[in-house]
Amino acid sequence: MGNVLAFCEFVGPQLRSSALANLSFARQAAQAHGGEVIALLVGAGAAAAGPDAARYAPRVVVVEAPGLAHYLAETFAPVVAEVARAQGATLISATATAVGKDLAPRVAGLLDAGMASDIAKLTGKDTFVRPILAGNAYSTVQVGTPIIVVTPRQSEFEPAAELGSPGAVTSTAPGSVDPLGAEFVRLDAQKSDRPELSDAKVVVSGGRGMKTGANFKVLEQLADLLGAAMGASRAATDAGMVPADWQVGQTGKIVAPNLYFAVAISGAIQHLAGMKGSKTIVAINKNKDEPIFQVADYGVVAEWEKAVPELIAEIKKLKASR
Amino acid sequence: MKILVPVKRVPDPTQKAKVKDGHIDLTGATWIVNTFDEYAIETALRLVENGADNTRLPGGEIVVVSLGPNDAAKELRTCLAMGADRAIHVVASDAEIDSLAVVKVLSAIVAAEKPDVVIMGKQAIDGDANQVGQMLAAKLGWPQATFAASIELAADKASFTVGREVDGGVEYKKVPLHSVITVDLRIVAPRAVKNGVTPESHNYSGEGARLPSLKGIMAAKKKPMTQAKLADHGVAPTPAIKELSVALPPPRAAGQIVPDVPTLVKKLAEEAKVL
Repeated sequence: MGNVLAFCEFVGPQLRSSALANLSFARQAAQAHGGEVIALLVGAGAAAAGPDAARYAPRVVVVEAPGLAHYLAETFAPVVAEVARAQGATLISATATAVGKDLAPRVAGLLDAGMASDIAKLTGKDTFVRPILAGNAYSTVQVGTPIIVVTPRQSEFEPAAELGSPGAVTSTAPGSVDPLGAEFVRLDAQKSDRPELSDAKVVVSGGRGMKTGANFKVLEQLADLLGAAMGASRAATDAGMVPADWQVGQTGKIVAPNLYFAVAISGAIQHLAGMKGSKTIVAINKNKDEPIFQVADYGVVAEWEKAVPELIAEIKKLKASR
Repeated sequence: MKILVPVKRVPDPTQKAKVKDGHIDLTGATWIVNTFDEYAIETALRLVENGADNTRLPGGEIVVVSLGPNDAAKELRTCLAMGADRAIHVVASDAEIDSLAVVKVLSAIVAAEKPDVVIMGKQAIDGDANQVGQMLAAKLGWPQATFAASIELAADKASFTVGREVDGGVEYKKVPLHSVITVDLRIVAPRAVKNGVTPESHNYSGEGARLPSLKGIMAAKKKPMTQAKLADHGVAPTPAIKELSVALPPPRAAGQIVPDVPTLVKKLAEEAKVL
């Protein structure tokens, strides 16, 4: 018997979509642990987002304090550990986002808890399936510590559905908040009106074959036509054509949209590990022997310079005909 | 500045994954230093040298440590050949350790070696766990800067400003000495590491970590490598995390090459129903 503490990220008064995936994982885990899901919101604005979390979790704990204004692993991890102890949690989960991946292992370290990262499936109370070797194999692991920490992959869990009646929100004060000398300096944000790469329904990615950053403009037109997020292969981000956080792959973002366009991408293992879970994959490449065609559902052997504008025109035509 | 760099040996990722008796078959595998750990050594070297003339700065020292079987000594030699000064080999088989055990050993080594900073890869490219750096920082009560894409040593040499790739941009985080920094792939970009000595105009190759030179390989043979056992650090060979089985993912159904873009759009709309 134990509860499941789900660390939830929020923006303004709303949970992030990544948190909804975590909560649906947490429901499965709570059944296996014979306890309840407790959503945990930490930081400035946590109380305001509490009611949104209560639509999905029977219990919500919010923690706000002056020292917790900005996320720092040093200050947030002790809060998560404290709440986990106070709430009798036997499992703590945080979605495998940049924050979750930074925070969760630190929480595990504080609690001497065993951890399973990037999990794709829960197969028992303490057994989890997770990708290894850049997604080339799946490992089933058993974690034998009294408290378990996990980071579920957003792309593997459907967003949690709303509860029939909202849960209860309680607020708790943190113990001493000590950043240990660490300091948040600034965030150089990549502003975009497009959906977030990790949970976009459609993703348009370009690779080395796009040659320059300016050439990505035509892919952005395609993306905007489809309400898609932009992605890229490591070759393109390393060459500085597009921002680093567009990178899809084992070392970048893991995505699983309904529709994935890989344009001028060869299909290195590194990249495939980040997008193989997409439902429909379209590859456009002038070289028919590229490995990307082995994972693509539909392939067009053509130069992007010709194929992408044509694709935009055809989709516009299709939309106009509806 | 004394830097401790924990490294792991991993199977060469260009080998195809095979499963035998429910686990990855590593018979006859070739091994390499985990790529992100190589980047950590490159980062450490850039912090303790003048890149313009390749001279080591006074007081600069790099100690590498690895937990692994007897053979792992080979990968530690590679690290010494790259330019690390000293190696510590804690002999253990993979079945005897998990991330918690590694962290226990590393925290004991930090206590004994008293480095100014620990720099390591963000994750090993076999297990892909991304746990040890953060767990070690927690265990030591040290701050952490994970997924470092850039590092700048402050003029007073008492802190680092670390550029971290996060969702939606780059976060800059300042951490004092006695921190754990885990590095991401862009840390090896030509000007990603600034130590205040290497001229701002100096460009490193940016092609990944440096390769050992012939001179480096010769020198590495004489560099000290000490061996220890798990028990020396009070760690029992009884991991709490066990791998029950491994399976290869089901292959994707064969796709189709379509003759032209209009056919593609028609199929996406009518067959796949995604437009």
